[in-house]
Amino acid sequence: MIPPEAKPALAPKARLRFDRTSGGYLLLYPERGLALNATAANILKLCDGELTVDGIVEKLQGEYLDRSAEELRRDVLEFLEEMSRRGLVRVLE
Amino acid sequence: MSSAPRPYTLVAELTYACPLHCVYCSNPVDFTRHEDALDAADWRRVLREAERLGVVQVNFTGGEPLLRPDLEALVEEARSLDLYSNLITSGIPLARERLERLRRLGLDNVQVSIQDARPDESDRIAGREAFHRKIEVARWVKELGFPLTVNTVLHRENLERIGEVIALAEELHADRLELANAQYLGWALRNRTALLPTKAQLERARSVAAAARARLEGRMEVVFVVPDYYVEFPPACMDGWGRRFIVVSPDGLLLPCLLAHTLPGLSFGNVRERSVEELWSSSPGLAAFRGEAWMPEPCRSCARRAIDFGGCRCQAFHLTGNAAATDPACSLSPDHGLVEAARTEAARPARELVTFSFRTPRTSRDHSR
Ligand code: SF4
Ligand code: SF4
Repeated sequence: MIPPEAKPALAPKARLRFDRTSGGYLLLYPERGLALNATAANILKLCDGELTVDGIVEKLQGEYLDRSAEELRRDVLEFLEEMSRRGLVRVLE
Repeated sequence: MSSAPRPYTLVAELTYACPLHCVYCSNPVDFTRHEDALDAADWRRVLREAERLGVVQVNFTGGEPLLRPDLEALVEEARSLDLYSNLITSGIPLARERLERLRRLGLDNVQVSIQDARPDESDRIAGREAFHRKIEVARWVKELGFPLTVNTVLHRENLERIGEVIALAEELHADRLELANAQYLGWALRNRTALLPTKAQLERARSVAAAARARLEGRMEVVFVVPDYYVEFPPACMDGWGRRFIVVSPDGLLLPCLLAHTLPGLSFGNVRERSVEELWSSSPGLAAFRGEAWMPEPCRSCARRAIDFGGCRCQAFHLTGNAAATDPACSLSPDHGLVEAARTEAARPARELVTFSFRTPRTSRDHSR
């Protein structure tokens, strides 16, 4: 479980890249790549190892007015946990 | 532009030269026929043109890419194009300063091959002393802040030590461990009797790898690749011919896979004469096995044809003499007996003395005759 005060960062092997062809973002890592939807890309762009999960949620709030902070935090945590299971996001305490 | 699919990865084979002599090397056995013909300007253009086509990753490989003194310029170009760059190396010859320079220039990932978890066994497969040096290089990789991939090719002689290989990769703090069984093409096909494991060996190793994958989830990615000889249906070789990967050989041929230029009768254009875009969309060699029109039965009417694309063309040719045959690794192939015979031979009970044919320029010239 990732605590809300944790500071997520992209794993050293992962890099975000804007993709002209699709107009979206790709997350690239050795021999692989993930095509991200807009929300996933917005979350990962904020994973700089400085912002906490709560900080990320706060920043996203402005763009996702239809979701409560609680819902948004749940979505962000769920996504970050999946990414950390895949070794693509590291959580700094 | 035609309707050619979008490529994602460029495999830049900078040279076939290599200080090692691995008995399963994936370079063509007649590699001495293919000289290094592209200079740094050519390679930089190849990178730019590939990126325009949609490529987002580049693997700098060989042979040994470190033998190219202009590797730095290529890494720099890849970085300026925002390509994810991966150096696939034996670790020899590498100085720490050079690795530092590559890091500064923006190289993203380093993959070091380690032939075995034990020094003597590793050096025996590599055909020279290299193990200790490789370990040192792998440590530098991590010390300099790179992500590290460890790649170990598995076969009859080292499958039993897969646990030791995993422990070594953990100790090196590898981010990714590729446990890739040899595929029996090129040099590995020459050495198949010595290398092909038994089914029991493979099953044991697979379960060790699966346990490690679960235990190391999130810390180290563990990839286990089975040899085509022990699958029911073949995997999608290179994700399909001319679909996702562009391979450029040291002499400039634009290929769909590492060994396509060993198939007779196919013509692949050269990037020195034509642009990557033009070759990707209209090279006759790429057109030959794209899509399904070329497929024989049983592939033609098989539901899996959109999943595996009929398997590996090189395997089909090197086992049956016909590149347009169903991959003999497939249990539905009329030539599957060839693979079954090899498995039967691998199941021979006692350990017999086997001899290897090492990959060297001399043995290559012998094989090219
Ligand atoms: S497999 Fe071995 S011999 Fe072949 S290129 Fe790689 S390190 Fe060199
Ligand atoms: S018959 Fe052809 S398409 Fe079907 S599984 Fe075998 S190789 Fe694949």
